[in-house]
Amino acid sequence: MSALLEVRNVSRHFGGLKAIAECDFSVTEGHAHGIIGPNGAGKTTLFNLITGIYKPTAGEIVFAGERLDGLRPSRIALKGIGRTFQNIRLFKQLTVLENVRIAYDSQLRYSPLEALLTLPRMGRNEAESIAKSSALLEAFGLGALSDSLAGDLPYGLQRKLEIARAIALKPRLLLLDEPAAGLNSGETAALTEFLRWVRTEYKVTLLLIEHHMHLVMGLCDRITVLDFGQKIAEGTPEEIRGNKRVIEAYLGAEEE
Amino acid sequence: MGKVMDFLKKLGENRVILPVLLVVGFILTLAISQFAPLEQGLQSVLRELHLNTYVIALVGINVILCASLNLVNGYMGEFSVGHAGFMSLGAYASSIVTVKLLPDMPDALFFFPVIVGGVVAALAGFLLALLSFKTRGDYLAIITLAFLMIVKSALENIPYVGGPRGMLGIPKLTTLAWAFFWAVVTIWVLRNLLYSKFGRAIAAIREDEIAANSMGVRVREAKILAFSVSAFFAGVAGALFAHLLVFATPATFGIFTSTEILVMVYLGGIGSLAGSIIGAVVYTLLSNWLLPLGTWRMVIMPLILVLLMLFRPKGIMGFRELPWFLPKREARRKDS
Amino acid sequence: MEYFAQQAINAIQLGAIYALIALGYSLVYGVLTMINFAHGDLFMVGAFFCLIIASLFPLPFVVILVLVMLSTGFLGALIERVAYRPLRSAPRVSAIITALGCGLVIENLVSSLSPYAKPMPALFSVTGYNLGGLSISSLQILIIGVSILLMVGLDFFIRRTSFGMAMRAISFDSRTVPLLGIPLNKVISVTFLIGAGLGGAAGMLYGLAYPVIAASMGVLVGWKAFIAAVVGGIGSIRGAVVGGFILGLVEVMTVAVLPSTYRDLIAYSLLLVILIFKPYGLLGKAPNQKV
Repeated sequence: MSALLEVRNVSRHFGGLKAIAECDFSVTEGHAHGIIGPNGAGKTTLFNLITGIYKPTAGEIVFAGERLDGLRPSRIALKGIGRTFQNIRLFKQLTVLENVRIAYDSQLRYSPLEALLTLPRMGRNEAESIAKSSALLEAFGLGALSDSLAGDLPYGLQRKLEIARAIALKPRLLLLDEPAAGLNSGETAALTEFLRWVRTEYKVTLLLIEHHMHLVMGLCDRITVLDFGQKIAEGTPEEIRGNKRVIEAYLGAEEE
Repeated sequence: MGKVMDFLKKLGENRVILPVLLVVGFILTLAISQFAPLEQGLQSVLRELHLNTYVIALVGINVILCASLNLVNGYMGEFSVGHAGFMSLGAYASSIVTVKLLPDMPDALFFFPVIVGGVVAALAGFLLALLSFKTRGDYLAIITLAFLMIVKSALENIPYVGGPRGMLGIPKLTTLAWAFFWAVVTIWVLRNLLYSKFGRAIAAIREDEIAANSMGVRVREAKILAFSVSAFFAGVAGALFAHLLVFATPATFGIFTSTEILVMVYLGGIGSLAGSIIGAVVYTLLSNWLLPLGTWRMVIMPLILVLLMLFRPKGIMGFRELPWFLPKREARRKDS
Repeated sequence: MEYFAQQAINAIQLGAIYALIALGYSLVYGVLTMINFAHGDLFMVGAFFCLIIASLFPLPFVVILVLVMLSTGFLGALIERVAYRPLRSAPRVSAIITALGCGLVIENLVSSLSPYAKPMPALFSVTGYNLGGLSISSLQILIIGVSILLMVGLDFFIRRTSFGMAMRAISFDSRTVPLLGIPLNKVISVTFLIGAGLGGAAGMLYGLAYPVIAASMGVLVGWKAFIAAVVGGIGSIRGAVVGGFILGLVEVMTVAVLPSTYRDLIAYSLLLVILIFKPYGLLGKAPNQKV
């Protein structure tokens, strides 16, 4: 098994604050990889570094053998990394279908001139984009809501749509930032099943930040634990469960 | 009442009416200048309405201006006050062609200088797009303002184009038919752009630029396209305007002209082609009827803008579209 | 050499006026992160208020100055109350458009009421002094002195009084401020009052220095001061002052070397260059964005 994503000695400073300090880990292709840690541990910053929203102060990030650090976010996305956001960032005033189509658009092949003059290749591409995006929404159980505004969906469905939108990019790696935030335990169990399905159906490697321990322990093959921007442990769910430092830093505080 | 709404709905969904109307309209506008009785008839009707053919041509030009500014200010959600700057570039570039370079050009080739005007303006739009990569919101608004002022004062200092007195003796080449033709081309091209992956990219930038980036949207490409296309049509409108007014001065294309276009956009409705047409028509006619008020008109117009912002910021149509302006594949999908 | 020294005095006079106007832009931007495009026109209104008051009542200079500052200040606060406050939670673009619209309403209203440029009466007899070959008038000394006094007063107000502290707190984080018991609306109103008042004072001083006033002054001079605010770093009080003097210097030197029609071209090009290479100005700081 090969490493799909390698984070090598990455640091990111904001002024004097070290949000991420010499972080080093890798994600194996096909795995579901969890990142846990107390609030403010730098988990979301790590996602923003991988997706190019922030540039690392030091270190390198390698995806499928290619350096990512320094590339623009859209280039990184097109290399095969999809993501969701902690505080849901859908295109709220656009329809559910348009949200998905925007991500799918990267696969359409026509030039601006063909678009301005609505030449035949554009029409074919567009018809295909409608068909494929609608099919994706059907598969996600959102087909009936295609023409609703994304911002009008209930919270849980917005989270689902955000995942569908990321999948429309056809990513090899999907970053999920707290997918279970705001869900009750029943919904979290359903989400666990749903993420398993996404993973096999779309053959995508998962990297997720999560606080719900049941989800993380039930879904992930491997877990990395962050605290104050540093990796303090890594291993299988069983290993993490028994790790003293982790319990001290995180589980102890959370579950007692 | 219900019956009327049903009828209007059917009318809106009928995809044959619009092309027929456009062809008939174009033939009519062409015919008017050929047959004296037709022209006299039209003029007597217009006189009854306190209008004239100049105002009707102006409606066409304002449709172009309003729809093209809507692309940047409405669909992309930026705030540009530089539209009059693109207009003046188009007006001057086209007038250089018709007055200085090709004074003996046959009238039928008028599309050529208009395109020259559009291309020159589009180049400036391209440059402005490069500046929009790093800044947005207020700062981009300031950049467009600086652009407007620089174009104006640069033209004032170029003796070749007449300095502050401007270009005089421009031939009157803008006919009703040309104004109609270019307005239709503008709406058609903008519709094609808006309902393409580039149009969706522009909407995504408006909604959330960071999320758009993370979804693989080529933000820079979309911004370049939006600014260049918007500027191109502003340049086209400027060219038509100069050849309607038969002169062009740097002061013609100042901040007040930009504001007028803004009023049209926010009156008709942001993010809507139908709204752009409504805004341009209503504003142009209203502004013409208010002419007797003199400079007080220039108090009323910005006042309308303020009141719109306070009470109906999205305008009449605001992100709604008539089915006529949707491509067939989008319209069909909405039926099923 | 003497010529340039003489020009330098002119530059300081013009720069002081620009700085006073720029302060109004920066104060408002500081608390509301909004560009008050109507501010240039308030400056123009200040000059007209001075003309009206001075031609009706033969009052001493200081009294007229206070009256002009108060009346312009209240107009500024009124505009905020009527046109900007309802839009505070609306998209930012709405507020910019409204401000632009308000400015044009004021400008065209004044130009409708007073279509021709008006001469400004002298408020006192001006005497000239000669300092080693340089001539400086009592008016110039007064303009520069009053401007600097107002700027120092403002700086003291913002740094040392509780109201100034509240203003700084709002510019730092406007959402938590009401939680701290700071009356947000009151502070914003006072900010507009002060900003517009300084603009009015600048209008009066400008009218005395270049004694022909017209409605177009708002765009021609007021917007120029906006460049000064951006060059210094909009939102930064000291930046506005620095920007004002830089712009005054640039303009005076431009006219000394090139035909005066190049003045706007150079000034707005300077704005564009600053925005490209130092988008937050000389003393401004970049806003932070949370992802």
